[in-house]
Amino acid sequence: MATGVAAWLPFARAAAIGWMPVANCPMPVAPRDSKRQDELIILNVSGRRFQTWRTTLDRYPDTLLGSSEKDFFYNEESKEYFFDRDPDAFRSILNFYRTGKLHYPRHECISAYDEELTFFGIIPEIIGDCCYEEYKDRKRENLERLQDDQEENKDQKLPNMNFRETMWRAFENPHTSTMALVFYYVTGFFIAISVITNVVETVPCGSTANQKDMPCGERYTVAFFCMDTACVMIFTVEYLMRLFAAPSRYRFMRSVMSIIDVVAILPYYIGLVMTNNEDVSGAFVTLRVFRVFRIFKFSRHSQGLRILGYTLKSCASELGFLLFSLTMAIIIFATVMFYAEKGSSSTKFTSIPASFWYTIVTMTTLGYGDMVPKTIAGKIFGSICSLSGVLVIALPVPVIVSNFSRIYHQNQRADKRRAQKKARLARIRISKSGSANTFIQCKHNGLLNELLELTDTEEDEQKLAKSISLLESQHHHLLHCLEKTTAHEFVDEQMYEQNCLETALQTFPSRSPSISSHDSSVGTCCGRRVKQNTPLPNASLPSTQQGPLQELSAIHIQCGDPPSHTTSRSNLNLKTDNSSRINCKGGRITTAIISLPTPPALTPDGDGLHGPPQRRPPPPPSHPATPSIQTTTSSAGTNIIKVSAL
Amino acid sequence: MKPRSQDQSLSDSRELDRSYDPLTGSLDGDAELSTVCYRPEGLDRLVQHTKFTKKELQVLYRGFKNECPSGVVNEETFKSIYSKFFPQGDSSMYAHFLFEAFDTNNNGSVSFEDFVISLSIILRGSVTDKLNWAFNLYDLNKDGCITREEMTDIMHSIYDMMGKYTYPNIKDSAPRDHVDNFFQKMDRNNDGVVTIEEFLETCQKDENIMQSMHMFDNVI
Repeated sequence: MATGVAAWLPFARAAAIGWMPVANCPMPVAPRDSKRQDELIILNVSGRRFQTWRTTLDRYPDTLLGSSEKDFFYNEESKEYFFDRDPDAFRSILNFYRTGKLHYPRHECISAYDEELTFFGIIPEIIGDCCYEEYKDRKRENLERLQDDQEENKDQKLPNMNFRETMWRAFENPHTSTMALVFYYVTGFFIAISVITNVVETVPCGSTANQKDMPCGERYTVAFFCMDTACVMIFTVEYLMRLFAAPSRYRFMRSVMSIIDVVAILPYYIGLVMTNNEDVSGAFVTLRVFRVFRIFKFSRHSQGLRILGYTLKSCASELGFLLFSLTMAIIIFATVMFYAEKGSSSTKFTSIPASFWYTIVTMTTLGYGDMVPKTIAGKIFGSICSLSGVLVIALPVPVIVSNFSRIYHQNQRADKRRAQKKARLARIRISKSGSANTFIQCKHNGLLNELLELTDTEEDEQKLAKSISLLESQHHHLLHCLEKTTAHEFVDEQMYEQNCLETALQTFPSRSPSISSHDSSVGTCCGRRVKQNTPLPNASLPSTQQGPLQELSAIHIQCGDPPSHTTSRSNLNLKTDNSSRINCKGGRITTAIISLPTPPALTPDGDGLHGPPQRRPPPPPSHPATPSIQTTTSSAGTNIIKVSAL
Repeated sequence: MKPRSQDQSLSDSRELDRSYDPLTGSLDGDAELSTVCYRPEGLDRLVQHTKFTKKELQVLYRGFKNECPSGVVNEETFKSIYSKFFPQGDSSMYAHFLFEAFDTNNNGSVSFEDFVISLSIILRGSVTDKLNWAFNLYDLNKDGCITREEMTDIMHSIYDMMGKYTYPNIKDSAPRDHVDNFFQKMDRNNDGVVTIEEFLETCQKDENIMQSMHMFDNVI
C-alpha cells in the first residue's frame, strides 16, 4: 500500500482514465466512497493538545493512530483522544504522519523513544536517513551496555559448580576468591622473575683472573638453570591446570593466551631433549630467544596490554594499509636512489635491496648516516624521500590512536559501571526488601486486625486499614490468594535462614516445643518421606503436639541471576517484588517436590496462620516460608510448608 | 485584491507573476526547482476556473503541498509518487506520459493550477472533454493524431506497470496485439493513424468505454 502518498490517490485514480479507451474488457465497479468530511481530531497527550486532520492520521493505517485502535483512547466527555504518554516524544511521532518521515530527536533517550514507537505501532526501521545512523549507533551502544551488565552477572557464584568450574572461574576472575588471588600474584611474580633472569643472564659479570668478561649466565650456570627450571615448572603446572579446568579444551588450546603459554615453556623442554648435540646447539641457542615470549604472559595480568592487543587486532586494516604504502614508497625511493647514485664512485648504494636500508632509515627520519648520497641528484631525491616519509607514516597513525582511545574508554566505562554496580545493587536491595516486608508486615497487621475484631476495637482497625493504599491492599490480597492456593506462606529472609539452620542442627527426635500446634499425621503423597519426630523448623511457634513431619526433597531452584536485579527497572516501582521473586525470571527450577498437607490437616487450621489467632499469640515475623530462592532442604510442617518460589 | 477566504490553508495565497523566479540570478538552465517557491492563484479564482468546490480544492491543495512543499512538481517527484501506487511494475514511462499531459505549458514542472485544471477535466468534465484529454495523453507529439508507434509506446508503458508476476504471464507480443486491436477498432479509414474524430466517434459508440468514463466522477 502506498503509505504517505495517500493524498495523491485521487490523482492516481484520475490518471487511470488513460487506460479506459484502450481497455477491452469492462472495468470493475468503483468502491463507494462514504463521503466523510475531513475533520479535526484532537489528541490530548498528557495535557498537551495536538490537532490534526483525520486524513493525516489515516495515512498509516497499520499504526495505532491510523487504525481503530485509537478508539480505545477516546474520551467521550471531552471529545478527544487522551494518551498518557510523553508529549515531547509524541511530537516526532505526529510529525511522522504529517511529513511521512520519522526523525529521531537526539536528546531523547533511546530506550524511551523505542518504547514510544512500540506503543504507537511504528517500526523504527522507517526512521529517515538523516537520523537513522544516529539511532542505530545509540541503539548499539545501549545494547553493548546491557550485554556488559549481563556479563557481570556471570561472576555470580552458581550454587552448584563442581570443582572444575570453580577452578576455571578462579582462573578467569582472580578477584573471586583468595586462593585465586594468591595464584594470580604468584604466577605474576614468577613471570617477572623469569624475564629478569633472561635479561641478567647476558650481563657480563666481573671477570675472573684467568678468563675474560663472561656473561653471568655462563658463570653461574647452575643457578640460572635452577631458576629457569623452577619458573618453567610453575608455568607448566599452571598451563596444565588451566587445561584441565577449561570448559572447552579444544577452544582453550586454540586461544592466543594458551599459545603464548606453550611457546613460553617449549624452548626449555626442547633444550632438555637436545643437550650435548653439537649440530643443533646453534638452533638451540636460537630457541632461547623464544623465552622472551614469557613477557606476553603478563597480558593476563594487565588490562591495558589486552586492550592494546585488541586495538591492534581491530586496526588490522589500517596497519596493513600503512605497511603497504610504506613498502611502495620504499621500493620507489630505493630504485631512484640506486640509479641516482650509480654514477658516483665507491658508493654504498650497491644494489636496490641495499638501498632499501637507506630509504627506511630516511623515511622514518632516523638518519643513521651510514649510507649517504653523494651526487646532487641523490641528495635531491634523498630530501624528497625524507619529507614524504613523515607524511606516509603520519597518516594511518591517528586512526589507530582513535581506535585505541575508544576501546580504552569503553573499558574504563565498564570498570566504572562495575564499581558503581555494587553500590547500586545494595541500594536496590534495601529498597526492595523494604517493600517486600510490607506484605509480611501487613499480614501481622491483618492478624492484629483480626485480633482486634474479636476484641471489638474499631478505631485501631481503621487506623491500620487507612495506612495502606488501595493499590497495596489489592496487591496484598493477591499475594494472600496465592498463599491460600498453595497453602504456603511468605516469610522474610532472616526467618527462612534461621529455619534452615535449625533444621540442620536439630536432627534428634524430641518433643521439641518448636512444633506447631497444628501438626497432625498426614498421609504422604508425591513420594515424600515421612520422618518421624523431626521437629519443625518453626522454632518460635509454640506447639502442643508433635507430629510426623514430611521431609521435602531437596529443592533446587537455581536462578540464573540474583532475584530481580536484572528485571526491568519498572519492576522496582511496582510492588511486585514478591511475585517477581516467585517468577524468578530466567531461573531454572529443577526438582521441586513440595509436599502439601492433605486437607484434613488443613481444615482444623482453617486459613493456615490466619486462622484462629487465639491459638497463638500474635506471631512474630516467623513464618517459616521463604521468599528467597536458595537451595535448601527444609523440613516441612504439616500445615505450613516452608517453601517459597513456587 | 479579493476578499480573503476564512478557511485556513489558502488564506494568504497571492497571485504571483508566473515568470517571476524568486531566485533571480540563477542563470544556469537547471536551476533547482525545489528551491523555487511557487504559489498558486487565489482560491476563488481557482474555483472559477475549475469545477471543484472550495472544500475540494482545499483538500487537494493540502495533499499537494504536503508532498511538494515547494509548490511545483517536477518529473522526478511525479514519477516517484506514481510509482508508489504500483510497486510491482515499472510505472516510470506511463508517469512520464502523464507528466507530459499535465504539464500544459511545457515548462518541465507541474504547478498546482495545472494539476487542478487537468483533474477538473478528468473528474468533472463532460465525456467529450475526458475523451479529449485521453486523446491528448496518447498523442505524444501533440500533432493531432495517434500513430502506431505512439500507441505502441503507450501500450508498453501500461503493460510495464503490471510487472513480471502476472497471471497469465504477459507474452512479449501482448502489447503489440493490443495495439493492433486498438487500431482495428479505432482506425476507420485504415490510414494507419487515429484522428481525434475517429477516436471520439468510436469511443462514443463503445458501451464499456462510456461506462468507464463515469467511474471516477466521485473520486474527490
